[in-house]
Amino acid sequence: MSATPPLPRWADLVLLPLINLAAALFVCGVIVWFIGENPFDALAVMFKGAFYLFPDSLGYTLYYTTNFIFTGLAVGIAFHAMMFNIGGEGQAYVAGLGAAAAGLVVAPYVPAIVAIPISVATAALFGAAWAFIPGYLQAKRDSHIVITTIMFNFLATALMVWLLAGPMIQPGQQSPQSSLIAASAFLPTMKDMLALVGIEIAASPLNLAFIIALLAMLVYYILVWKTRLGYEIRAVGKSQEAAKYAGINVPRVIIITLAISGAFAGLLATNEILGVNHRAVLNFTAGYGFTGIAVALMGRNHPIGIFLAALLFGALIQGGSELDFEFKTITREMVLLIQGMIILFSGALAYMFNPPLARFLARVLPGKGGNDD
Amino acid sequence: MIDFLYQLLLTFDATLRVATPLILCAMAGIFSERSGVVDISLEGKLLMGAFSAAAVTSVTGSPWIGLLAAIGASVFMSMLHGFACITHKGDQVVSGLAINILASGLTVVIGIALFHQGGQTPSLFGDQRFRKLELWFTDTFDAIPLFGTIYRELISGHSILTYAALLAVPLASLVLYRTRFGLRLRAVGEVPEAVDSAGISVSWLRYRALIVGGVLCGIAGAYLSISHGANFVREMSAGKGYIALAAVIFGNWRPVRALLACLLFGFLDAATPRLQGFEFPLIGEIPSQLMLAAPYIITVLLLAGFIGKPSPPAAIGQPYDK
Repeated sequence: MSATPPLPRWADLVLLPLINLAAALFVCGVIVWFIGENPFDALAVMFKGAFYLFPDSLGYTLYYTTNFIFTGLAVGIAFHAMMFNIGGEGQAYVAGLGAAAAGLVVAPYVPAIVAIPISVATAALFGAAWAFIPGYLQAKRDSHIVITTIMFNFLATALMVWLLAGPMIQPGQQSPQSSLIAASAFLPTMKDMLALVGIEIAASPLNLAFIIALLAMLVYYILVWKTRLGYEIRAVGKSQEAAKYAGINVPRVIIITLAISGAFAGLLATNEILGVNHRAVLNFTAGYGFTGIAVALMGRNHPIGIFLAALLFGALIQGGSELDFEFKTITREMVLLIQGMIILFSGALAYMFNPPLARFLARVLPGKGGNDD
Repeated sequence: MIDFLYQLLLTFDATLRVATPLILCAMAGIFSERSGVVDISLEGKLLMGAFSAAAVTSVTGSPWIGLLAAIGASVFMSMLHGFACITHKGDQVVSGLAINILASGLTVVIGIALFHQGGQTPSLFGDQRFRKLELWFTDTFDAIPLFGTIYRELISGHSILTYAALLAVPLASLVLYRTRFGLRLRAVGEVPEAVDSAGISVSWLRYRALIVGGVLCGIAGAYLSISHGANFVREMSAGKGYIALAAVIFGNWRPVRALLACLLFGFLDAATPRLQGFEFPLIGEIPSQLMLAAPYIITVLLLAGFIGKPSPPAAIGQPYDK
């Protein structure tokens, strides 16, 4: 095989992800066509449903986007250290316990200005703790992080089912959920917040957690590219051996990275528990942790990319729920299929289109490639 | 006492039923991982197999055609995994995850399109399922005390796929340790360079390992939906693929030990409902969630080197670059 010319940076960052996305959507389109519906109609319904079909459509889309930003950042920061945190699901789940505990125990005695920061911090702390253990086992005991975090997802489920059906169950109730948290720990909705400055929007679950997510993106950017720790994280990701010889304490960096990753995942609980459910419930993580992997892969571990990918997935979830109403044979599960395809094409097959694209660009862009003639 | 022994016998019997898909998937995982390919996609292949078996059986009426369809679908997923991470050197974990999510979506999307039952397949009746086989002499042996009961309850009376699962273990051992293919397969998971320099194709060996794994996961899927169950239900694999993966690790990537791990995990699962409300001396009642979480706890402890030392294939997870 002939040597492949290097891909220009803009093509690598923009064109290639778009081609991968298009390939994923194309295959899904073929499947939709195969089961007897028009893929373009389905796409149009999803787009409308995600953005402007109803006054609250966009609010819902951004509410889902919030969850994907958190889990995308969680996977992304771990990727910078070449660590695969597949346990965002469990970390977010256990963080829900932290958020609810703070909302039940502390919040009744303090005003919102204190209750909200404490509850948010507790959620992040619980998420961090649930990721700390696999991080520690990877760094010190050489357990593979992928397997350990998978196991910890199941352990989180077992723990939460036991707690919510047993010790934490709302007294006098049968369904496995905790009591309502104190109102001072509720995150205000976007509608209420914007009403304060005189802007009217439709009611939706969108709440303060969206702002927290935007702040988390900023923190992520500064942490990874502007701090000493971020430099160490990236150095460990490039080569653990080299990092070690440069005097970096590799196990320490791995453990800290995983804990930060877990904290980002844990913030999902602020949106779901503090913002919407207002109590600990079963299965509120709903696969966001796994989709975070797709978000990070598509977003190339950069906050802007992660935001765009999270918006895409948020729109898919919200738009996908409209499929149920518009079509007989395609439902919101279509979104799972699209997610799977996106992970396949922009993750596992990320570089399938790289060599042909690079050769094509080298031919059509004179003077850039240089090795054509 | 007799009653307790009889309950224990029934628990062992249930253990075999629960362990059947675990054993098949664990053998699949061993083939794939021994060749150097991480296989977290056991779960997805199991789910695809279960769906295809039930869907095709409900259309054709023949469980054998259903079984073939399950194997075909599962092998197809295996080949997708291979295409991504052998041919295109993609990340094996990402690819496995993609397959699991794809299987979750595909089974429901196609299921709804075909049967309009919210993702389920129609119920199967009578000979459309692989039912319990009564082995020879069951009635004759009934005359013998103890043995007759054990023979009737534990040894006889399982699905043909359960016997296939039990047979798969010695077969896997035989292939891995006593054939040229097995030798090469193990070598390619340890030092692929050596296999390559001997003029043997690393990719083709790994593809073949994945095909074997696909066949086994397909059989496991068929067991779930057309033998143990009578139709496909959404997400019916319910984490069994991951438990099988845990069993592979717990069994140190060896067939017989993995079988024992599957039986242990299966026993914990089978014993859980029977221990509800049972007070142990000193410790009292064990929460059922703790019993169900036990396989994962054990695997984490094992991986951390607190119980023995795991020795995974040396080249696992690394795409082979010439």
